[in-house]
Amino acid sequence: MEKRELTCIGCPLGCHLTVTLENRQVTSVEGYTCKRGKDYGAKECTHPERTVTSSVPVTGGTLPMVSVKTAKDIPKEKIRDCMEAIHSLHIQAPVRIGTVLLENIAGTGADLVATRNVPEKPAPTSLP
Amino acid sequence: MEMRRMDGAARGAGAAESARVAENSTRGAAGAEIAGAEENLARSVEAGNAGVKRLAVGLAVIGGGPAGLAAALEAAKQGVRDILILERDNVLGGILNQCIHNGFGLHTFQEELTGPEYAARFVEQVEELGILYRLETMVTDIRATEYGKEITAVSRKDGLTVICAQAVILAMGCRERPRGALNIPGFRPAGIYSAGTAQRLVNMEGQMPGREVVILGSGDIGLIMARRMTLEGAKVKAVAEVMPYSGGLKRNIVQCLEDYGIPLKLSTTVVRIHGKERVEGVTLAKVDERRNTIPGTEEFFACDTLLLSVGLIPENELTEGLGAEMSGCTHGPVVNESMETSVEGVFACGNVLHVHDLVDYVSQEAAMAGRAAAVYLGEKAGCAEHGMPVSGGHASRESVAGAENAKTAAAGQGELAAPGHGMPVSGGHMDCEPITGAENAKTAATGQDELAAPGHEPVVPAVLVIPGAHVRYTVPSFIRPSYADTETLIRFRVDDVLQDRCVCVSLDGEQILRRKKRILAPGEMEQVTIKKTDLISRPGLTEITISIEA
Repeated sequence: MEKRELTCIGCPLGCHLTVTLENRQVTSVEGYTCKRGKDYGAKECTHPERTVTSSVPVTGGTLPMVSVKTAKDIPKEKIRDCMEAIHSLHIQAPVRIGTVLLENIAGTGADLVATRNVPEKPAPTSLP
Repeated sequence: MEMRRMDGAARGAGAAESARVAENSTRGAAGAEIAGAEENLARSVEAGNAGVKRLAVGLAVIGGGPAGLAAALEAAKQGVRDILILERDNVLGGILNQCIHNGFGLHTFQEELTGPEYAARFVEQVEELGILYRLETMVTDIRATEYGKEITAVSRKDGLTVICAQAVILAMGCRERPRGALNIPGFRPAGIYSAGTAQRLVNMEGQMPGREVVILGSGDIGLIMARRMTLEGAKVKAVAEVMPYSGGLKRNIVQCLEDYGIPLKLSTTVVRIHGKERVEGVTLAKVDERRNTIPGTEEFFACDTLLLSVGLIPENELTEGLGAEMSGCTHGPVVNESMETSVEGVFACGNVLHVHDLVDYVSQEAAMAGRAAAVYLGEKAGCAEHGMPVSGGHASRESVAGAENAKTAAAGQGELAAPGHGMPVSGGHMDCEPITGAENAKTAATGQDELAAPGHEPVVPAVLVIPGAHVRYTVPSFIRPSYADTETLIRFRVDDVLQDRCVCVSLDGEQILRRKKRILAPGEMEQVTIKKTDLISRPGLTEITISIEA
């Protein structure tokens, strides 16, 4: 039997979790205050996942970068691959919150979506 | 995206200017609601001197970040029509625009959002409700006059504008402590950034400050940037923290450092910065419990970049200029249960009041300030309607402001608020009758509570909130029970990492709450709620003490 002490990252409360494992199987999670914590404790000891956030360059927008995130958590060991895919991206404005910029990023099954609006930069008006 | 700015209002004169404000405003469904606001703005007149424009508004909100947005929204929902948000950046949303990481909104929206998404939810509502805002507008001064609060604002577009507001919500946020505050020996090479500056460069400008990084300070921004720089290909060699514990949230230590194997060096600081033109490295050393460096523990780290995450300072130059009483601990103004400062009609919320770790709490606090400002404006309008001198009715508010003042005020009230004196208030315009009975500032608080108490409730004088054992400060600093919601939230921070303790609340020595906490840390804001019934059922109550006990 193995006991692992974790800090829940489900929310800022940061509950102290004690996860008991037997033959790599979770037998109990203690110390959580919500279902999120219970799930996190079990998942973190078997297949840890994270949301990845970053920024991608935009052409022709009012801002030079658009912030992005994976629409759901991806396996922790895929973070590097995911970042590589993000680094190869370059987006054309306009971009809207929630727009899918890359489907199934790094084969994780998660889409990469924009997390802010970047409107098109208005064409410069000529002086009268 | 259609921006409901006051762009068009810039150069016209008088009513013409305001008419253009109206023209330029695209109305949503709720657009008609703010017709009043525009009429109000139509009162604006061009001042005689040097083209200074003048505007009159009901409520001015200084700052369009998370606090300002939530405060303005709540005030609008409570029926305040003529609101104007003043924002110095060219977009609304404040610091959230650069906080691209997730973890926002779990409390407010029950889902995990990134900073820009969280901000967008509020900005959308501001647009929908037709709340007016001015961007790229810097407020340089606020002063209280007999007509209202005079706000001096400058912008490239509008030049100098003086805005007369009946109520003001301060939501200016905070700024980072710079290197200059630390006295680290060494030259002034390129490559030293505050963590927030680096965050803006990486996330919004797409620029990397450097490749090999040491971070001083384990505040949340420092931790977040350790991960962010790592993901962008930099090597973060260490995060040094002078205290024996991290000042950041536990979840950030797990997700930002442990996930990437970045060492967190506690009780460690930077004792020397090497390099003249560009940072070439830093020397870290251990410190003792008095934060003196321990000789022989020095360790050199080669790096081209040093990020500083060494604390945030509420940005209160305007508040101080206004003469509001300040707290020596939070460096923000002293406020009551309504988030009102010692200057009547001026409210504060968010990081300008005290530095928060969660934006959800900022939104909550700001909504409280917005609600209180609406109540204040309602009372004020009531006074005007009944031909009562407004200043008389509210002058007494001043006396309940500061902790010290409040102490004497509360003490003075003890006798006055005894059952015989606790006359039920008949509501309506009675609220605003000038105080005649109050002899001096010491007793004014009682007078005010009696006269201004909403509804037919028994009168209870202002109660001080005292930080007890291990509690550094509380917000609010005092509560006027008559104005309190059914439950008043008291936020506080502890002074040390404490395990298996109890958060205790005592009313004049009588313990009414004892809640077990497995862990308490200075980096994590705590809160307790006080029921209004607990306050009004104890005539003569003077102190609420929040303490951490074994």
